[in-house]
Amino acid sequence: MPLLEIDKLSRSFGSTRALIDVDLQIHEGEIVTLMGANGAGKSTLVKILSGVFPADEGAIRFRGVAFAPQSPAEAVHAGIATVHQSLDSVGAPGLTVADILLLNQYANRSHPFFLSRSGVRRRAHAILDAVGFDLPLNRDFAELSTADRQLVAIARALSNNASLLILDEPTSSLSGREAKRLYDILLRIKAKGLSILYISHRLADLEALADRAVVMRSGGIAGIFERPIAFNSAIETMIGRKLSAARVDEREARGAPILTMLNAQLLSETEPFDLLVHKGEVVAITGVLGAGKSRLLSTIFGLHPLARGQMLLNGERYAPTSPGSALASGVAMAGEDRHRSSLIPTDWPGSTLAHTISLPHLAKWYPSGFLLGKREQREAESAIIRLGIKASGPFAPIYTLSGGNQQKAVLARWEAEQGKLLLLDEPFQGVDIGARNDIIRAIRSRTDRAILIATSDPEEAFEVADRVLFIERHSLKSSLDADYSTLEKLTS
Amino acid sequence: MTGLNQKTDLLSSDSDDARAQKGSFARRLSRATQKGAIFILLTVLIVGFAIAQPAFINVLNLMSILQAVSVVAILGAGVTITLAVGGFDLSIGAVAASSVMMASYSMIVWGFGVYATLPIVLAFGATVGIANALLIVKLRVPDLLATLAMMFLLTGLQLIPTAGRSISSGLILPNGMTSTGTYDPHFLLIGRYSLYGIVPIPVIIMIIAAIVLFVFTENTRVGRLLFATGGNELATRLAGASTARLKTIAYIISGTLASLGGIIIAARVGRGDVSSGGSLLMDSVAAALIGFAVLGLRRPNVFGTVVGAIFVGVLLNGLTMLNIPYYTQDFVKGAVLVGALALTYGLGRSAY
Repeated sequence: MPLLEIDKLSRSFGSTRALIDVDLQIHEGEIVTLMGANGAGKSTLVKILSGVFPADEGAIRFRGVAFAPQSPAEAVHAGIATVHQSLDSVGAPGLTVADILLLNQYANRSHPFFLSRSGVRRRAHAILDAVGFDLPLNRDFAELSTADRQLVAIARALSNNASLLILDEPTSSLSGREAKRLYDILLRIKAKGLSILYISHRLADLEALADRAVVMRSGGIAGIFERPIAFNSAIETMIGRKLSAARVDEREARGAPILTMLNAQLLSETEPFDLLVHKGEVVAITGVLGAGKSRLLSTIFGLHPLARGQMLLNGERYAPTSPGSALASGVAMAGEDRHRSSLIPTDWPGSTLAHTISLPHLAKWYPSGFLLGKREQREAESAIIRLGIKASGPFAPIYTLSGGNQQKAVLARWEAEQGKLLLLDEPFQGVDIGARNDIIRAIRSRTDRAILIATSDPEEAFEVADRVLFIERHSLKSSLDADYSTLEKLTS
Repeated sequence: MTGLNQKTDLLSSDSDDARAQKGSFARRLSRATQKGAIFILLTVLIVGFAIAQPAFINVLNLMSILQAVSVVAILGAGVTITLAVGGFDLSIGAVAASSVMMASYSMIVWGFGVYATLPIVLAFGATVGIANALLIVKLRVPDLLATLAMMFLLTGLQLIPTAGRSISSGLILPNGMTSTGTYDPHFLLIGRYSLYGIVPIPVIIMIIAAIVLFVFTENTRVGRLLFATGGNELATRLAGASTARLKTIAYIISGTLASLGGIIIAARVGRGDVSSGGSLLMDSVAAALIGFAVLGLRRPNVFGTVVGAIFVGVLLNGLTMLNIPYYTQDFVKGAVLVGALALTYGLGRSAY
């Protein structure tokens, strides 16, 4: 009997079907990796299993009994422990590792009311011993490396007698060596009879861990690969086209160079690199979290100075001192996490679709300073048609739109005016697959400017770009044309 | 408002279609009620007071209400603008109070007339705004702390030139000299003259300031960017705007408005009282926060702030006429504020 049995699970958000008739089984002591591009439905499945929200249809059986968690606490109680990708919710600065490990016990009142130093140490030690980790109990959580924080999160998740551990892209921010340490730990946990559902699409992860690889696409299961896993066909299933096939929207030769970076050093102690981006070209930069993707983009956008080296824009010296001066030179950036970097909160002036698009262009569109006339409305209406934005009208509050449509609005903002170079940082974050294809098409249909995209997802990079560059320790490592065969070599 | 919804639902036991229609009508009604709640209450108050005490509805009394709230409304508009950029100016009360001293000192000790005194005092307010902005933008002191510190500094500073004495004609200075200047009669007109014997000058200043600031915040490019800064500072900066400059503008406007309020007080009182402007800060912050509920906007807005100030003024004036003791005033203001915030945040959500 399988430990977890999922039968025809479906879930919709408004008109978007995020999960369609998914069947999946996980046996005891098995590591199943779940692959899929952004928006394929992985996180929806995880959230249903961990009790964040319920499914619309379908049934789950866990340890042979029907399982429909109404809250994360219920899922934990039943024995499903989830470690989410973002570790911000694990602990807070000022708390020690021991405190974090015992947080659940403090909260569910199983720990005595008064905390004694020795009691806390003893109980925290017991939790670490159970999983065989070695972590400094008295260190402040904020001082730990990302990899160690992950171990704290895993240890705490397992301390509640879990029999299924769900890990959401645990290696996305780890270095190669840290990832290997994690593999060893996970294989040890597996040997104790625990099952693991592991969300990732890094080939190295699959190779080291997977007993089975399940590929999701467009909300459904697109393929299941047993060990030995045929990696190429797994990836082809995931991205939905042959790796060897030329891209359908292959473009003509590139135009003149737009951005040139020579001997550039992002930080004073990092390796220098060169970068050349041509007109009409889409270049993607990929690398692990913290490798310097965002730093590179924000440096080009004038948020940080270049430590050494120089930049040329259209052959002329380019040294922006602020986003304002970058924009004046024709360089625009849509930052990562659109809620933080681009959108105005509900109820405030500027929080509608039309106002989202117009924010940087107010001075140009309203030279008198008074907001008279319908320029915003016209621009929004044309963007709605051009990008297929689903909204109730040009003045629909931006937060009533789905993630994909919000992202389209952010793209429309920077398409509304001419520019030389557009920087997009993680443009597919929280975007469903349909909107993602629209955005890719929109990005690739423009040839009047150069586009530089940063993404931590190599598949995504290959999907959108003419050329993919890898960044590591704040320095570009290689410059390749979009070709998947080199990916494995470079990311492992 | 939910009660209203339930009632309509109970009544509509006929077809689904009709129920849906009535349901949406009830929702629209409840939404409209929420948007207009302050105005409905204001009307109820005015009608109620007029019935209970006919003298209340007298034009001169209504004008005296407006005159009484004019300073609070002007200062509240300044608070509104700093709230719009995501800040908070706690120094406005102290700026207004020290502007009273400044105006008196300028005329009585320095012997200046109205045309020199006005720019001096307004420039003083703007300077405090720049100082606040420097602390907040350049030194990155949190808004509340920076303006709180500035409030302390000004409260103390205004006592120093006169060694803690109030300023009136014949003031004896710390160096033993007797000052010879007097209040310029033209300056006093700002606080004491009424247009056609009906509309006091402070009311006119309030109306002009309200209209200018309303148009500025709601219908101009800079106004939109001010709100954008408060809504999402990072997004505004990434859109190419200088949020440092926008915040500086907001604090300069706030400081200048506060000194304008101080001028009106000085012109009304006719002397530089060390204890003037005691409750100004709390009253104008309250007006700005009550303003969140006006029109159900749930954000700082100049129109709401002025309406909020007038609402409190009407309530206090009416209660005074009904011989409610003066010491209940702060309680009444507090109750209005609590009610308005509950309306803004609590009931506001359920309307969706």
